[in-house]
Amino acid sequence: MLALETIELTKDYRQGFWRNRVKRALDRLNLRVEAGEVFGLLGPNGAGKTTTLKLLFRLILPTSGTARILGKPLEDIAVRSRVAYLPENPSFYEHLTAEEFLNYVASLFGLSATERRRRAGELIDQLGLSASRHVPLRRFSKGMIQRLGIAQALINDPDLVFLDEPMSGLDPLGRREVREVILRLKERQKTVFFSTHILADAETLCGRVAVLHHGRLQGCGELNTILCLGVSTTELVLEGPSAEVLAELMPYSSSLVRTGERVRLEIPEESQVQRTLEVILRSRAKLISVNPVRRSLEDYFLQKVGASESSQEVASVYDPS
Amino acid sequence: MTTSSESLSQPRLRRHVCWLLLLLCLLGLIPIQRSIDLRRGSDRGAADVLFLPSGKFLRQLSLGYEGLLADIYWTRVVQYFGGKRLAHSTEFNLLGPLLQITTDLDPHLLVAYRFGSIFLAEKPPRGAGQPLEALALLHRGIVANPDRWRLWEDVGFIYYWDLKDYPAAARAFQAGSERPGAMVWMRVMAAKVAAQGGQLATSRFLWSEIARQAGNEQIRKNAEDHLMAIEAEEEITKLNELIALYNSRQGRPARSFQALVVAGYLRALPRDPSGVPYILDAGGRVRLNPRSSVELSLLE
Amino acid sequence: MRVATIALHTFKESVREKVLYNLVAFALLLIGAAILFGSISVGVEQIILITLGLTSISVFGLLIAIFIGIDLVSKEIERRTIYNILSKPVSRPEFILGKYLGLLLTLFVNTAIMTAGFYAALFYQKRALLLDDLRFLGAVYFILLELAIVVGIAVVFSCISTPVLSAVYTFCLYVIGNFSADLRAFGQETQSALLGTLCDVLYYLLPNFGDFNVISQVAHAEKIPGYLWLGNSLYALLYIAALLGMAVLIFEEREFR
Repeated sequence: MLALETIELTKDYRQGFWRNRVKRALDRLNLRVEAGEVFGLLGPNGAGKTTTLKLLFRLILPTSGTARILGKPLEDIAVRSRVAYLPENPSFYEHLTAEEFLNYVASLFGLSATERRRRAGELIDQLGLSASRHVPLRRFSKGMIQRLGIAQALINDPDLVFLDEPMSGLDPLGRREVREVILRLKERQKTVFFSTHILADAETLCGRVAVLHHGRLQGCGELNTILCLGVSTTELVLEGPSAEVLAELMPYSSSLVRTGERVRLEIPEESQVQRTLEVILRSRAKLISVNPVRRSLEDYFLQKVGASESSQEVASVYDPS
Repeated sequence: MTTSSESLSQPRLRRHVCWLLLLLCLLGLIPIQRSIDLRRGSDRGAADVLFLPSGKFLRQLSLGYEGLLADIYWTRVVQYFGGKRLAHSTEFNLLGPLLQITTDLDPHLLVAYRFGSIFLAEKPPRGAGQPLEALALLHRGIVANPDRWRLWEDVGFIYYWDLKDYPAAARAFQAGSERPGAMVWMRVMAAKVAAQGGQLATSRFLWSEIARQAGNEQIRKNAEDHLMAIEAEEEITKLNELIALYNSRQGRPARSFQALVVAGYLRALPRDPSGVPYILDAGGRVRLNPRSSVELSLLE
Repeated sequence: MRVATIALHTFKESVREKVLYNLVAFALLLIGAAILFGSISVGVEQIILITLGLTSISVFGLLIAIFIGIDLVSKEIERRTIYNILSKPVSRPEFILGKYLGLLLTLFVNTAIMTAGFYAALFYQKRALLLDDLRFLGAVYFILLELAIVVGIAVVFSCISTPVLSAVYTFCLYVIGNFSADLRAFGQETQSALLGTLCDVLYYLLPNFGDFNVISQVAHAEKIPGYLWLGNSLYALLYIAALLGMAVLIFEEREFR
């Protein structure tokens, strides 16, 4: 069964003083997400990720196209009792405490008082908010707010969870916690759909991804397949190399940066890395580290889409008839 | 929980229902409001006046907008007075307080003193029949606006016409004539009133002056009505004298004006100042035609 | 019922607003001060206390109605806390209705507190309370009806505009509503038939608050006319229904960028 399906989902915004200019925020999006998947929506800022999520929850209305959540149309509110949404940079009621807020949200699902207490308590513990359960939300840090946001999303034990930039604003510890939450959901065969602009997050968690840019779907499938990610360069760090060694390595390296005693080289060709290592080891220069540098999402966009970038700018501001 | 069929009820249907509800409610307001208006009558808004501690208090409350509030209250005066006139009422008990408050809010609102005094002084059902209150109002106006000679004109007028106090009237016209910009006839009026207060000729002079240089249509019409009444009164007196003469000369009472014309006492059938012919009643007295627009009652 | 949940939550949230306490405290202070004003002029102490006391309840009630109305709806929309609620199985009409009822409850409780303070001051001044003094509850009832309409107006404007502007518009409409009878009188006096009709239409369309003010009557121990009870209650009911209908219609179409 498809957990999520979008069909030609489109959103135009009217801009300008006379509302005559049209900006296409989302262009005929077609997605299919299977139940039990962890699906990532990737794209740089402004690509249309948040627009997509808002459309799914009818916070904004589509210009054309439709979507189905768990097989039901978007107008069906009842299906939302099995679904969850964490908005980007969420804000909550200042005056309530964490417990009160979760209690309120839970009551919107019609859960009984005991059930509410149980679920709220569980999630507060799970997300490390136990110390702050009676603290008013206006005193929460950004990271705590984010965690509370996840808690309120999971309060009804949903089958399908939508997260908009769930890692945003979190420190490494927080990010790991979120990762674990998502993995736990996956274990319980829940479907997770989250958007991010950070590739590393998607890599560890997602089975499939969709890539958005300028409101258009650029590709959908396994991460490595569509992004053709390979190692872009290899970084070598040496300490105290002699001038001859450096001269030998120069032909293979694309950049050489000297910082005090340390020298950092970049070897673009993977096949050459072996060679350079042999040179280094023979010369007795001290090898500090060898790091494969993966291509980032930004590199991908800059390369694949960069060529048509200027035409994109024009195309995104047109007047469709 | 709502079932899926309930939540799938077209948003369109809901919108139409909402519009219908909206329209029905707004339309339903009209009869309710009207029935309240009907019961409360023309005293609405004006009735509160009795309970306000004073106009000065209200002035302080109005936070600098007393001019606007004075205008609003003046509109209420007109509304109140008009409503009472339409209903042929003889009671205008809120008029005094309303005018008090209006002039407290804006002591320089001349129209309130001038028209207000007319509303107050005129005998019911044309007005409240309270000439003393009218005088008090005008005197307050004079204190606040000492250079306005018109207010003295109104004072003199009330003394002359409503109170028949000719010495006081003469004094008022005299005082007014000394103010800047006063017209010459004020002095003339002072003299005439002092000399021949009760005479119709003096009244006619007063009214014709007012009619001649009244800046306002209503004041002019009012003056002309009075003039016509005075002329009619004089004509009726003269006609009665003529008929008495005819009767004594001819030895028998005149049956109609035609007889007088035939006998040469009149050149033509007499008409009143509004152009409607006079009537000779069964008792041989001259009367106004009921259809005439002349109001002799003004002279009472 | 989700509407009840939202309503109760709205009420609880309002209870935490510090400004609310300030307003109520100030109102009670003013009512207490009214006793002092009365002692200055002989013979009218009670009238002054009643007039000033009930007027305070009305004025502060208005401030509370506007402030809370805007804070709990317009601000929620502006600060996007609303995203969390609308993504739950809650329909937009339910949200609006719940919010309105919660605001009404807040208003009712605050007015009750101020009225209690009023009666306390009255007791202090007269040393006794008679059954006849219950008539002031009539004035308070009409004030509540009036403010229920104001809250409705605040909700409608919240769906359209920013918090500050919504507060301004609501206040303006309240002032205009108090002079609607004069507006109509103006229309009747004017020569232009077009202007007269326009004034008539506005008179019936705009909220008519003049009839709800019976403070002077009860202060002078006049009876509140019977037809006014029914008339005002019906008027308020219909007007509020119209306002909520409008709010729902506007809110359904509203997009949250």
